[in-house]
Amino acid sequence: MAYGATDHHDHHHNPTGWRRWLMSTNHKDIGTMYMITAMVASLIGGAMSWYIRLELAQPGIQYIDDFQFYNVLVTAHGFLMVFFVVMPALIGGFGNWFVPMMIGAPDMAFPRLNNISLWLTNAALVMLVLAGLTGGGPGTGWTVYPPLSSIDFHPDAAVDFGILSLHLAGAASILGAINFIVTIFNMRAPGMTIHRMPLFVWAILVTAFLLLLALPVLAGALTMLLTDRNFGTNFFNVAGGGDPLLWQHLFWFFGHPEVYIIIIPAFGIVSQIVSTFSNKPVFGYLGMAYAMSAIGVVGFVVWAHHMFMTGLDVDTRAYFTAATMVIAVPTGIKIFSWLATMWGGTIDFKAPMLWVFGFIFLFVVGGVTGVALANAGLAYVFHDTYFVVAHFHYVMAIAAVFAIFAGFLYWFPKMSGKMYNETFAKVQFWTFFIGVNVLFFPQHFSGMAGMPRRIPDYPDSYYGWNLVSSIGAAVTIVGTFMFFVLIWQTLRSGKVAEANPWGEGATTLEWQVPSPAPFHTFEDQPDMTGKAPAE
Amino acid sequence: MANSRVRNRRLGLVLLVGVAGMVGLSFASVPLYKLFCQVTGYGGTPKTDVERAALRGPVSDQTIRVMFDANVNTRLEWGFHPDQRQVDVVPGVETLAIYRATNRADRPIVGTATFNVTPVKAAQYVAKMECFCFTEQKLVAGQEMPMPVSFYIDPGILEDQNTQDVRDIVLSYTFHPFEDETVALEDKDQGMDLLPTDDG
Repeated sequence: MAYGATDHHDHHHNPTGWRRWLMSTNHKDIGTMYMITAMVASLIGGAMSWYIRLELAQPGIQYIDDFQFYNVLVTAHGFLMVFFVVMPALIGGFGNWFVPMMIGAPDMAFPRLNNISLWLTNAALVMLVLAGLTGGGPGTGWTVYPPLSSIDFHPDAAVDFGILSLHLAGAASILGAINFIVTIFNMRAPGMTIHRMPLFVWAILVTAFLLLLALPVLAGALTMLLTDRNFGTNFFNVAGGGDPLLWQHLFWFFGHPEVYIIIIPAFGIVSQIVSTFSNKPVFGYLGMAYAMSAIGVVGFVVWAHHMFMTGLDVDTRAYFTAATMVIAVPTGIKIFSWLATMWGGTIDFKAPMLWVFGFIFLFVVGGVTGVALANAGLAYVFHDTYFVVAHFHYVMAIAAVFAIFAGFLYWFPKMSGKMYNETFAKVQFWTFFIGVNVLFFPQHFSGMAGMPRRIPDYPDSYYGWNLVSSIGAAVTIVGTFMFFVLIWQTLRSGKVAEANPWGEGATTLEWQVPSPAPFHTFEDQPDMTGKAPAE
Repeated sequence: MANSRVRNRRLGLVLLVGVAGMVGLSFASVPLYKLFCQVTGYGGTPKTDVERAALRGPVSDQTIRVMFDANVNTRLEWGFHPDQRQVDVVPGVETLAIYRATNRADRPIVGTATFNVTPVKAAQYVAKMECFCFTEQKLVAGQEMPMPVSFYIDPGILEDQNTQDVRDIVLSYTFHPFEDETVALEDKDQGMDLLPTDDG
């Protein structure tokens, strides 16, 4: 094929210095930079959540007497973690690094577009920080509901900065999604059919389609909010003939697929790791691939389960309850297929596999509370309580972070050429695992007792579990910094990694190139014809 | 290489068109949602584009109690209340109800009312023929004005299995300050010829 053309390969210059990074069109360098963006943002977003837990450790007001500032912290924490930690790490980081390698492509389809996506994401991050520093800051929550986000209640430019930040991040993600879809459709190695792609590539493909369909709706809604705030339109203003519920419909039409945008790449990583460390191909490969697709499709028709309290009539609530529960079916297929993959396998309890066990545990806990919350009747009771906070942190926040850690340890030998310290990695896992569970599990109890979200004070009766939760946050801080120590230690004194450090279970193409992966890989595409499906 | 580049660009452009289409749909959702509600009565939207000819007369002497609710946006210095708390109406018979609005400010104010029907499943059978809520209302300082609404309940409500149990219907109105006041103040003739105004 044309990819094999070698005429100009000898002239490939490997750029050095700042040009290599700033003007990068290399999928691996861009992936690395996305990871660094995610790490920086995770420290900012993490620091905010720890400050929140510090305030909530005791009833009364200790540190944050400006309640608007408390809301700004909650808002910025959500935005940072969703748009600038989990998405850049899972999609921008691992996606860029490993999708081209796993399908035997030399790079992404549009390398310069890839560079634009990266720097738009970073510009968006700067814009979000500016939003927090402008006026009173955006204290709207990550859902930015009007009328709270309208000019009447957020009169300074903070919300406008936030809107522009999301516009930039959205544009970056849309361009990135187009890049992934074209790469996966057009640049697979010969013989690497759609039904032979590794499940991580499937996951990124489904995610890219979700981004492509969901983010433009957010962009539309944000534009309406921007013109409502600044140019006198009345999309969400009742007095002008608008409807604030329109925002909620548009936002959640984006927002619900968004949580699958976060968790589906995690599914892909978990599938690769379960297969590798069980020394078995994934159980039910096609079922796994189409379960992800089904979650993606159904994810677009369940959005109003976030709006049960808005006065929907009983038939509408019944539909959205039922449709939401349907999602438990493909999700169950995934959980059971992972278990079936492990069943009868020779399981290697390396650190990435521990993170995957952790992921499955957290995801099942969050999934169970999700099925509970899907009931409109129960949502009436649990709405806006810490039960909801506990649910979504289990199912999409820490579950996604566990998948990031799992993927990072799994692929770091390939990215850096160094092996991490297995013992230290396991200690870090257990610290973090205990930390987040002590942090978030008690929030179920606080929520069932009626403790509301987004308020920095609470009655004394909620004291006990909040103290436990804050102690869990302290343990999580230790676990987080151990992760950065682990990276530093690996880069400084890690043993040299082999091309395939994981043995026979690691069958995908990235393990066939040396570690660290050379600057250019698969310029001559491998011929996968007749080879076993690379799950 | 050139061949694959063309293929990549073509697919990339197709996807970009898809993105543009989704942005378009998000804006199109505003009129589409409005249309959907008007056609189906979804979310408590009564029929407002009815002709008198569509009124088919009573099918039985069963009555439904219609109650009237009035609210005012806190930023609007108006008093607003219904003249009658409730009326018992026979479905199929046109009924006139009067609200009364008073401008308590010392300047002319233009207001506009939003409206809704509860229970929402009955909304598709509530038809408004004339209503103060169809247009903006201007009151000069201190002026009091009757606000009439002429409506009927479609007898279909008695035949529909889902609404046969409905005995009470609430018509609710909320007056808001009209945002674009300059436009409304110029527009003097607003089609409220159902009743004479008593402002002299």
